Amino acid sequence: MNYKLILDIALTHIFSRPKQSIVATLGVTFGISMFITMIAFMTGVNNLLEDTMLASSSHIKIYNEITNPTSSILNEIKNENDTFIKVWHKKPKKEQSNLKNGFNIVKQLKANPEVYGTSPQLHAQVFYNYGPHLINGIIAGVDIAEEDKLFTLSEKIIAGNMNHVNSIQNAIIMGNGLAKKFDLNVGDNIQVKSIKGSTFLLKIVSIFQSGIAQIDNTRSYSTLQTTQKILGEDKTYITEINIKLNDVYKANALAPILEKRYGYRAEDWETANKSILESFVMRNFMTFVIVCTILVVAGFGIYNIMNMTIYEKMKEIAILNAIGLNGNDIKAIFLLQSFFIGFVGAITGLILGRFLSHLISLYKIDNSDYISMTYMPVNNDPMFYVYGLLFGVLTTILAGYMPARKAAKLDPIEIIRGQ
Amino acid sequence: MNDNYNKIALKAININKYFLTSVKFHVLKDISFEIYKGEFMTLIGKSGCGKSTLLYTISTMDTNFEGELYINGADLTNKSKKQLASFRNSHIGFVFQFHYLLEEFSALKNVMLPALKLNKFPESEVEDRAYEKLKIMGMESHANKRANKLSGGEQQRIAIARALINEPSVILCDEPTGNLDRKNSEIVQGVFKDLAKKNGQTIISVTHDDDFAKGSDRILEMSDGRLI
Repeated sequence: MNYKLILDIALTHIFSRPKQSIVATLGVTFGISMFITMIAFMTGVNNLLEDTMLASSSHIKIYNEITNPTSSILNEIKNENDTFIKVWHKKPKKEQSNLKNGFNIVKQLKANPEVYGTSPQLHAQVFYNYGPHLINGIIAGVDIAEEDKLFTLSEKIIAGNMNHVNSIQNAIIMGNGLAKKFDLNVGDNIQVKSIKGSTFLLKIVSIFQSGIAQIDNTRSYSTLQTTQKILGEDKTYITEINIKLNDVYKANALAPILEKRYGYRAEDWETANKSILESFVMRNFMTFVIVCTILVVAGFGIYNIMNMTIYEKMKEIAILNAIGLNGNDIKAIFLLQSFFIGFVGAITGLILGRFLSHLISLYKIDNSDYISMTYMPVNNDPMFYVYGLLFGVLTTILAGYMPARKAAKLDPIEIIRGQ
Repeated sequence: MNDNYNKIALKAININKYFLTSVKFHVLKDISFEIYKGEFMTLIGKSGCGKSTLLYTISTMDTNFEGELYINGADLTNKSKKQLASFRNSHIGFVFQFHYLLEEFSALKNVMLPALKLNKFPESEVEDRAYEKLKIMGMESHANKRANKLSGGEQQRIAIARALINEPSVILCDEPTGNLDRKNSEIVQGVFKDLAKKNGQTIISVTHDDDFAKGSDRILEMSDGRLI
């Protein structure tokens, strides 16, 4: 095969009809740029949502699950199969909801190399009371340093200094929504009533905004000691241990081990967020379907344009064949032509797609409750660009190859006679 | 084998061909003939008598026929398309009725293409040879014009130059003078006569031009798919 001749013919075909070549190339360009833009934007949104979820939830949560025993003492006495026993209005027995030995568990977990951090917690149901307002809410007693390490509390602080919680007596970090309702600011005091009836005066040293309205409107953070005091419990009283691991995907393997070892419920994030994870699966599937649709439509567009380009060249194919170029030469000419169009189209498509996704990422989201989402998220995974290039070039080559192969199979005279 | 065998340029035995459109149409009926080296033959007949079809059939560009075909002693009946293409490239020159140049290439490039495919000579020599052929047809001044910028007559002459570039032993023409005025027709006729006499090239030409036919060595007439 005379490659120089074939290259020469292919290039002449491309450059002698610039308008047609540009249209064919643009067909590829638009297809690939749409693919890049859509996949970058959709996976960007998915990743952001997943990250947000992961950031605000612990990987494993250890807590004391309130159980409701179904058997009564009567069952133990009269243990006969033919006896039907029913106890009316049975009440659950009083159980402590705290983790006995909680701080020992924390100490042991901290020694575990797989554990990134552990944060002991307890929650106090309270009424915030300021002036005429009485609002039901929660005070979460946490180790501020650990909470910050696990859930980046410091990033959510919008006013004041969160570390003052440790240095000032009876201090809290209040949710943004709650503070707005009371029209309170850093430095103000607020009265809090515990469910047991005792009243405390707490000082707001800082205000946080998590982005989730439900939390911002009800929650405050305080130290473990202050919260224990509100609940009237001793200094070892904690109800919950949040754990983050170095590898988030080891959680569902480690959780049952911890559950067995400590005798408390240990719930991993995948179990806790099952419904959210299912929605992620569905969203990912939707992304997949949309991307496939774009690829099919783009591929078909490319195929149409290339087909047209080559059918217009049928007469040329017959002439080339008549003067002695064989089927392989002719296929090579059109493969080469398709490759150039596909390659240039795909590269420009990638550039255009990058530009369009950049435009999307410039779109500012105003008044967003999501702190981490001030601009549209875009995921510029380099693999997308590799896929885009491969897809563009391969589809174009295939689209050019098929009619060229058909033409090369024909007797040239059949084409000439058909003209 | 008889002594004349080597001198036979083209031999067709019992060629039959059908067109299978809506009904089966018998276009070529039992056609047998021989043409010798250095012979300038014209093929005449009324429109639709099958003379162009016969020309295409013996050109190896149409493989859908019955019968045997030999060119320069080579049996071309059961060859692959690839073999036929390379055979055409080196042994057959073809001039179509409507010239059929590659419109996007210059006149010179059109003439050079078959020789570049043959790849026997370096490109610079191919170019010299192409100029030579263009000169024969009086077209050297148009060498660098794009084919679609030339008039029909000019394109026809370029097409003849292209048919000559590989010095093929057989040159097949379908109405080569159809687009040419009297003067140019005579030039082409002269060129063909020269090629036949001096180079021993065989020329078979379908024509409607009686004067052109009279200038040839032999006239075959066709009627209703048969030679008469």
